[in-house]
Amino acid sequence: MDLEYTKEYSDFRDELRAFLDAKKHLSPGAIGQPPDPKGGPNRAQQWQQLLIENGYAARTIPREYGGYGAEPDPLISHIIAEEFAKARVRPGHSGDNRLVPTVLDHGTEEQKHWLVTPSVRGEMNWCQGYSEPGSGSDLASLSTRAVVDGDDFVINGQKIWTSGAQHADMMFCLVRTEPDAPKHQGISYLVFSMDRPGIEVRPLVTMTGEATFNEVFFTDVRVPKNQIIGKRGEGWFVANTTLKYEREGLGDPNQAETRFREIEELMTKETVDGTRIMDNAAQRDRLLQLQGRMLAMKYNGMRVLTSRRKGEEPGLPRWIVKLQGCELNHQMAAMAIDSLGELGTLYHRSEHIRAGGMWQQRFMMDLGLIIGGGTAQIQKNMIGERALGLPKEPKHEAGST
Amino acid sequence: MDFSLNEEQQFLQATVKDLLGSQCNLDTVRQNAQDGVTNNASLADVLKTLGVPGTLIDEEYGGVGLKLLDAALIAEALGASVATVPFVGPNVIAPLAIQMAGSTEQKNELLPKIASGDLTIGVALGEHVGARDNVTLSENGDGLSGQAMFAIDTHNADMFLVTTQNDSLHLVKADDVNITALYTIDKTRSFAKLELQSTPSIQLESSEDTHSVIVKIIDAGRIVIAADTLGASQHMLDTAIEYAGERRQFNRIIGSFQAVKHMCAEMAAELEPCRSLIWYAAHAFHAIPEDARLTACHAKAHLAEVGRFVARKATEVHGGMGFTDLLGLHYWFKRCELNRQLLGTPEFVRNQAAQLQDWI
Repeated sequence: MDLEYTKEYSDFRDELRAFLDAKKHLSPGAIGQPPDPKGGPNRAQQWQQLLIENGYAARTIPREYGGYGAEPDPLISHIIAEEFAKARVRPGHSGDNRLVPTVLDHGTEEQKHWLVTPSVRGEMNWCQGYSEPGSGSDLASLSTRAVVDGDDFVINGQKIWTSGAQHADMMFCLVRTEPDAPKHQGISYLVFSMDRPGIEVRPLVTMTGEATFNEVFFTDVRVPKNQIIGKRGEGWFVANTTLKYEREGLGDPNQAETRFREIEELMTKETVDGTRIMDNAAQRDRLLQLQGRMLAMKYNGMRVLTSRRKGEEPGLPRWIVKLQGCELNHQMAAMAIDSLGELGTLYHRSEHIRAGGMWQQRFMMDLGLIIGGGTAQIQKNMIGERALGLPKEPKHEAGST
Repeated sequence: MDFSLNEEQQFLQATVKDLLGSQCNLDTVRQNAQDGVTNNASLADVLKTLGVPGTLIDEEYGGVGLKLLDAALIAEALGASVATVPFVGPNVIAPLAIQMAGSTEQKNELLPKIASGDLTIGVALGEHVGARDNVTLSENGDGLSGQAMFAIDTHNADMFLVTTQNDSLHLVKADDVNITALYTIDKTRSFAKLELQSTPSIQLESSEDTHSVIVKIIDAGRIVIAADTLGASQHMLDTAIEYAGERRQFNRIIGSFQAVKHMCAEMAAELEPCRSLIWYAAHAFHAIPEDARLTACHAKAHLAEVGRFVARKATEVHGGMGFTDLLGLHYWFKRCELNRQLLGTPEFVRNQAAQLQDWI
C-alpha cells in the first residue's frame, strides 16, 4: 500500500487543476446538463479540441486518428476523471467509449480514419443499435436481418432503447447476417449513417418524462458491404469489446462521492420545523450507512485501478462495480428525496423546486441504469458464473418445461 | 499509487492461513468450544513461531515491527478459521497502548514479554465504547475501584488494560481482580466482567494526551475486529459457493438456480469492497491521519452490516444443514454477530463518525 502519488503524477494533477481553473469558463454547461445539440458553431466541439490538445481527452487515441497519442496509463485517466468531477466541469470524451475502442481493435485502417477521427473531435455522434423488442438480456437472439444484395447489405427490423438516436449521425448496429448459423455466430457488426433512407426514429419517452431513448425501425435500409467491422458472422465477438467498455463506465465511484457531498450539503441546509435534517438521528444514520458503502466502493475502485496499472485482471472487484455502483447512486438519490419530503416530489419547474428536480430525475434515471447495460439480475448471473464459478442455468430442450 | 498488498503481506497472510488450516479445523474448534478453551495452547505456540504476538511491537522491544494492515491480515485469517486464540486484546490493543502511552521502563519491561507470547493482556474499554448498566471505573487514593464490563480476551490473561472515566490508562494484575466470565454466543473467544476494589495498578502516563491514545487503540481494535469479520464472512461465502456447486435437487446443481446463484452474487458484491475499506482504514491508521478515525468507524460499522448479511445468507444457501451443529457454520455466524457488537455497535460507531465530521 502506497497511496502517495509520485512527482510525475502530482505534477500532472497540479497542471490539470491550473488548467481547469483557467479554462473551465469555456466548458459547455455544467455536469448533468445535456451538451449543446449538434450543428452550428459548437462550444462542445471547441471544448473537446482544447482538452485533446492538452491531453485531457482522447488521451490514448493515436494522433493519426485525432487523439492525443499518449500511452495508456490508468492512473492518469483516474486523475483526469477525479479532477473533472471535483471541479464539476464537463469532461471530454474519446469519441464514443463503445465504438472507438471497437474500431481501433477490429476496424481496417481506412475505417479507423473514417470513423475514429471525427468521433474523437465530436463531429460524429453515435448511437448503439443492439437491443430489440424480443432481444434484451438475451441479446444474441436478435433478429434484425441484413441480407446481401449486390454491393450492399439490406437491413430490415427494429431496435429499441437506442439512446440519442434522434441526435446521432451514425449507428453501430448488430444484425443477423447468417440466419442458419448458431445464434452467436450469425451476427455482424455494421456502421452506417442515420440519414440512410428507410430509417425511422421514434422517441421513447421514459418515466423521467424525457425521451432519452428511441425505437429505430429499418425498412430496406441499404448499407455498403464495406461498412462492416470485422468479418461476417463475427459481430458478437466484435461487439463484446463494446459491451465491456459500456459496463465499466457505469457505477463510477467518483460520481457517488460527488453525490454524497451534495446530499451532505442538502441535509445540513434544509430544515423541517426549523430543525436541520442532519439533526434527525434516523436520517443521519441513513446517510452514514451510505457513506460507508460509498467509501468501500471508492477504495474498491482504487484496487481495480492498481490491478489495471499492473496489467492484471482485476477479477471480482471489477465484476461488482456496475451492480453495486448503480444501486448506491439510486439509494443516494432516494435519500436526498426523502430529506426533502414533499418538496422532493416537485418536478416540471415547479415553485419551490430544489436543484431543478435533479434528485427525482436521478432517482428515476438510476433505476433505468440498474436495468440498462445488463440488468442487475444479469450482473448477478455474471458474478455468480464468471467470478464465483457457479454453473449456468441448464438449457431447456425446445418444448420442455 | 499502489492500492494492493505487497509480496510480504501476501506471504504473511498465506502462511497464517495455511497454518490455521492445518492446525485449527472444525474438529479443533468444536472440541475447544466444548471444553471452554479460548486460548488453544498448541495453536498459540505455532503462532508464536511466526511472531504473531509481536506483530505490532517495534523491533527494539523484540517484536516484528509491522503495521496495522499486517495485523488486519492476520485477523482476517484468524476469523476465517474462527481460531480459538486471543488476538485483538493482547496482540493489538494492549501493545499499541503501551507503545503509545507507556514509559521507557514500562515498554522495556512489558513489550518483550508480549512479543514472545509470555504475557497475555486482556483489555476493557467498555466505558469508551458505550458503557452499560452504569458500570464505571475510577481512581481513588488506594488504586482503582469499580467495574469494567465486557473485557476482551480475558481467559487466562495475566493482566488487564483498563481505562477510567478520567481517560487514564492502567494495567492491573489478573490476580488482583475479581473476574466473572461472561458466556456469549461465541465460544471461540473469552469475555468477562472485571471488579476492582482499591486495586493497585500500573498507570501508563508517559503520553500527555491519554484520551487520544484511547481513541487510537479503539480505532485499531475496530479495524482488526472488522478484519476478523471479513475473514469469517468470506469463509461462510466460500463454503456457500462450494455447497451450491455440489448439492443437487430437482436433478440440478442448486447453484444453477438463479435464486441461489443470486444470493451468492449478492454476498460477493457486498463483501468484496469491504476488503478495500479495511485495507484503506488500516493503512490510514499510520499514514493518513485525517482519514484514520473516520475510516476506522466506517470499517467497523460497515463490516458489522455486511457480516450479518453474509452470515445469514450463507446459512440460507446451506438450507436446513446450515442451521445444524453438524455443519458447524454457526461458529462463524456467531463470530460475526459478536464482532458486530464489540467496541461499539454500528449505530454507536456511525454516530461517532457523524461527530467527527461536525455533522452534530
